[in-house]
Amino acid sequence: MPVKVIIPTPLRVYAGKRDSTEVTAANVGEALGQLTTQFGDLKKHLFTEDGKLRSFVNVYVNDEDIRYLSKEATPTKDGDTISIVPSIAGGRI
Amino acid sequence: MATKVQSPAPQAAPGANTATLSNEEILRYSRHLIMPEVGMDGQLKLKNSKVLLIGTGGLGAPLGLYLAAAGVGRLGLVDFDVVDVTNLQRQVTFGSSDVGKSKAQSARARLSSLNPDIQIETFETRLTSDNALELFKDFDIVVDGTDNFPTRYLVNDACILLGKPNVYGSIFRFEGQVTVFGMPGGPCYRCLYPEPPPPGLVPSCAEGGVLGVLPGIVGSIQAMETIKLILKSGDSLVGRLLLFDALGMKFRELKLRKNPNCPVCGSHPTITKLIDYYQFCGIRGEEAEAPDLKVPEMLPTELKARLDKGDDIFILDVREPHEYQICNLKGKLIPLGELPRRVHELDSSREIVAHCRSGKRSAEAVDFLKKAGFRKIHNLTGGILAWSDQVDPSVPKY
Repeated sequence: MPVKVIIPTPLRVYAGKRDSTEVTAANVGEALGQLTTQFGDLKKHLFTEDGKLRSFVNVYVNDEDIRYLSKEATPTKDGDTISIVPSIAGGRI
Repeated sequence: MATKVQSPAPQAAPGANTATLSNEEILRYSRHLIMPEVGMDGQLKLKNSKVLLIGTGGLGAPLGLYLAAAGVGRLGLVDFDVVDVTNLQRQVTFGSSDVGKSKAQSARARLSSLNPDIQIETFETRLTSDNALELFKDFDIVVDGTDNFPTRYLVNDACILLGKPNVYGSIFRFEGQVTVFGMPGGPCYRCLYPEPPPPGLVPSCAEGGVLGVLPGIVGSIQAMETIKLILKSGDSLVGRLLLFDALGMKFRELKLRKNPNCPVCGSHPTITKLIDYYQFCGIRGEEAEAPDLKVPEMLPTELKARLDKGDDIFILDVREPHEYQICNLKGKLIPLGELPRRVHELDSSREIVAHCRSGKRSAEAVDFLKKAGFRKIHNLTGGILAWSDQVDPSVPKY
């Protein structure tokens, strides 16, 4: 099931400069797994060493935060969009 | 404790009357007054409102200009910084003649000339846990136009403790986020991001940068949200995170929920007073600039002397290709992020000096290469900036 993953600006440098990619996955965990297989450098930016999603990276399926759905087990269906939204601080950076 | 500079109350009589508008004010705000959504009631609400801007930089520029122009009666400006020439690419409140001057004072001069009827107070101080509550308490709305994580968490917590709305905007390169925190029943910054990223994991200043128009757009959206809160009209961004991608010219919106277990705005808060936000964000001291890594260093003057002597030294530049185009020391370019998979391109038997812009990224590169078995490797202390200062001023600093 193709699912679109939107890669945020700060992480594009670790994803071959792409702004989005398509994966085939039944849930968010699978989708992120495929994403980090496709772009290995992304892994440490999305996950802690023990494999947990980092607390300053939020993941949304369409417009819903997966923390309020079933976290990484949140199912995805054809045509869904997963957004990765890390915190950014800038005004000046 | 930094000094707090308070501006004198305005002497102009028209601005002092908060119950009515003078004929001059009616003319000035006529395009508001003829709109039913604002009208006389709305304009008086604006006149009686008190908004505190944290930061007068990229986001603060359109915020200050539009809020002053709109007739917000009392504007507070918090900024300890001075105008730098690199600010002018986006901080449109300032002109070339302001370089080296106080940002708060320069902004005040500009905003006063735009609208002499409003009261502008400047606070030339760094916002800290010791002064935030005192600074915020006299204002109705706080607008976060800062540029770092410790101050963002501080602004958030202080707003929650005082029950004040926090109009939030942040930017990175060509992407922005805007929302409104701290409204009754609405989420706060910690609901969105319970913790900041550890230092070093977010792309550094050198990989950052920002397109000058972006803070103009994001700050303008913050100004619009601020005015809507004052007028109590329209649908505010409470509970919605607006994402703006300037490159794709796309606006998207995500749902933002209040976290019932939020440590500051949840039903059982564990944070009931302001904390040490630098410690919370893992940053010791005021800036995270100094390299924490202990690696072998080489001073620019020493490198110059060694190269002049004809020593065989391989210069490794770990910056990005677009930085190489600005200036370079004719080194081999392997960006820090590509180093792990391109390490085979380096000859470990040769003496290597790694450099970047300021010496921070190259310290990471040296640390990595040492762990990979390189023995004859040094970090160029202070990077290109120090090289320009100490060896060759014809190399531009950026």
